[in-house]
Amino acid sequence: MEPLKVPTMAECAAKGESPEVLFWVGCAGSFDDRARKITKAFVKLLNAAGVKFAVLGQEESCTGDPARRAGNELLFQMQAMQNIGVLNGYGIKRIVTACPHCFNTLRNEYPELGGTYEVMHHTQFINALLKEGRLKVGGGSFKGRRIVFHDPCYLGRGNGEYEAPREVLARLDAELVEMKRCRQNGLCCGAGGAQMFKEPEPGTRDVNIERSEEALSTDPAYIAAGCPFCNTMLTDGVKHFNKEDTVRVKDIAELIAEAGDL
Amino acid sequence: MSPASVIFLVVLLGASGLFARQVGKIRRNIGLGRPLDRTDRRAERWKVMARVALGQGKMVARPVAGVMHILIYVGFVVINIEVLEIVIDGVLGTHRVFSFLGPLYDVLIGGFEILAVGVLLACVVFLARRNVLRLKRFWSKEMTVWPRSDANIILIAEIILMGAFLKMNAADQVLAARGHAHYTLAGSYPVSTLLRPFFEGMSDATVYGLERAFWWVHIVGILAFLNYLPISKHFHIILAFPNTWYSKLTPRTQVRNMPRVTEEVKLMLDPNADPYAAPAEGQVEPERFGARDVFDLTWKSLMDAYSCTECGRCTSECPANITGKLLSPRKIMMDTRDRLEEVGRNIDRHGSFQDDGKSLHDRISEEELWACTTCNACTQACPVNIDPVDIIMEMRRYLVMEESRTRPALTSMFNNVENNGAPWAFGPDKRLQWMEEQ
Repeated sequence: MEPLKVPTMAECAAKGESPEVLFWVGCAGSFDDRARKITKAFVKLLNAAGVKFAVLGQEESCTGDPARRAGNELLFQMQAMQNIGVLNGYGIKRIVTACPHCFNTLRNEYPELGGTYEVMHHTQFINALLKEGRLKVGGGSFKGRRIVFHDPCYLGRGNGEYEAPREVLARLDAELVEMKRCRQNGLCCGAGGAQMFKEPEPGTRDVNIERSEEALSTDPAYIAAGCPFCNTMLTDGVKHFNKEDTVRVKDIAELIAEAGDL
Repeated sequence: MSPASVIFLVVLLGASGLFARQVGKIRRNIGLGRPLDRTDRRAERWKVMARVALGQGKMVARPVAGVMHILIYVGFVVINIEVLEIVIDGVLGTHRVFSFLGPLYDVLIGGFEILAVGVLLACVVFLARRNVLRLKRFWSKEMTVWPRSDANIILIAEIILMGAFLKMNAADQVLAARGHAHYTLAGSYPVSTLLRPFFEGMSDATVYGLERAFWWVHIVGILAFLNYLPISKHFHIILAFPNTWYSKLTPRTQVRNMPRVTEEVKLMLDPNADPYAAPAEGQVEPERFGARDVFDLTWKSLMDAYSCTECGRCTSECPANITGKLLSPRKIMMDTRDRLEEVGRNIDRHGSFQDDGKSLHDRISEEELWACTTCNACTQACPVNIDPVDIIMEMRRYLVMEESRTRPALTSMFNNVENNGAPWAFGPDKRLQWMEEQ
């Protein structure tokens, strides 16, 4: 297989091109082994749909989300101002990201600091591509399989997006099931609010175990996620219950890419 | 004016004055918070208030408690029309002054009675849920003796009030049937008519005495209840309305900006800024970063604290609490209110706040603050749109920016973000590595 080649904004600018959308890869999507697979799956989808896009590459930096949630407002705003400088410098109008935390920060928290963009979560973007017919996907190997979707807090409760991921999943002809705690009542995976970067506080069990148990109770073949951090938490949870051979945790982009044999 | 009318007027004015005084103090205490503009998007705010407070839109997320709460709420509001009549009767010495309404009066009184039974039943069920079934959320750690008693006092008071109302009506009918002076047959009494046998065997004087006693118990009870509200969790029946009007309308996970930090960051990034420049003339001392005490929270957080009726829906949805962590969003609100009340008493005593060496952090521990995932399950669950996450965020900001107190792993994360532009120890040069892997 050919390595994926994605132009950077710097390269586009040098050629005088302006891509239709910037793919904000995010730190997890860039550095986390598991999340990189999501990044690649999403890139394959963008390529298959013929989307002209670019990434920032070395010019991308943490949005500052974990710093802000952990109380370090100064560090958050330093990051935000730098990123806004880069984004505005390239005249970016539209951004898509596979991370609900980057999505929330770019969409809701950058405007007050001078960075206003049209920001989409990748499930919204994929949904639009499917609706426009730019991307065509059948059920593939997922036909009739049981899939349960875990709502990321920063996409669902945080930004009110419950439908896009479900509409995308509905294209798989799979048997979609819901956990009792879903949509606005969805239970957190345990990673938000900078918890991803620290040990949990003392308790009787970890949040991701509680949530994975609930997901597994629906007896799924796949647990669909829409966030790299949820993905990590749920993958660990599934391993905790020794179910990793029968239940796979997959990002929605990965499911669609696999269904399309990309 | 009859002596009874005079006594009634004194009681009424006294109770109203006391209530106004107590509300004034709560208003003052809420005003101790930092400014926050929540007057934008007015049309939307009226809608939120209509849906969430007036329409009880979020209560029915839990159908059993929701429906019964609506019963009590509607009963409370509607039966208060009767209170208006009682007040007029009390002042003028009249009896059932609205009875000239004829058939409409029958419908009103009949409706009140049916609602009163509904309220009674709902209160009994609520008492059972708290004291017999002992639902977990009413017995968790922060539900100490006072919060539990507070709830029971309110429920028992409502039962007494409704009981007095129905018995008053029953005695009234007996007197009217006997042609007792003043008592005319007015209103329809679908429920209290069943209580008439209780009074039938008594003398006119006894029935009259009892009717008056129930009348007084009912109205004095309501006035006492009114004055109990401000010292109780039950103040939510008033604050639910403004509190939902002033709801956060921005996306739940959007954290409030700190404009002062923005100014500093702009200064830091401005190559022409003079870092040693003297502050402008008349510049006040900058406020502290984040929240050490209730003064550092916004007035909305303080209104939130007074609006909380300790139902515990937030805590029962909180992922940290569900998994045995110390954090309970309800406790955050109760602690904020308790501290604010303490500060209020301090002001009452000294005229202005005198440092008592205490802060909100004495009540809310770091372990609680660091357990929050900012998932906003609590803000979603709250039937009156209280926002505990805002308080948690402000207290974290104080810990980190004023005290440099955080969890060790978070310090590493900060360092990585600062040095590598990522929360992990990978430099920007590795950002595109994913392209090269198969």
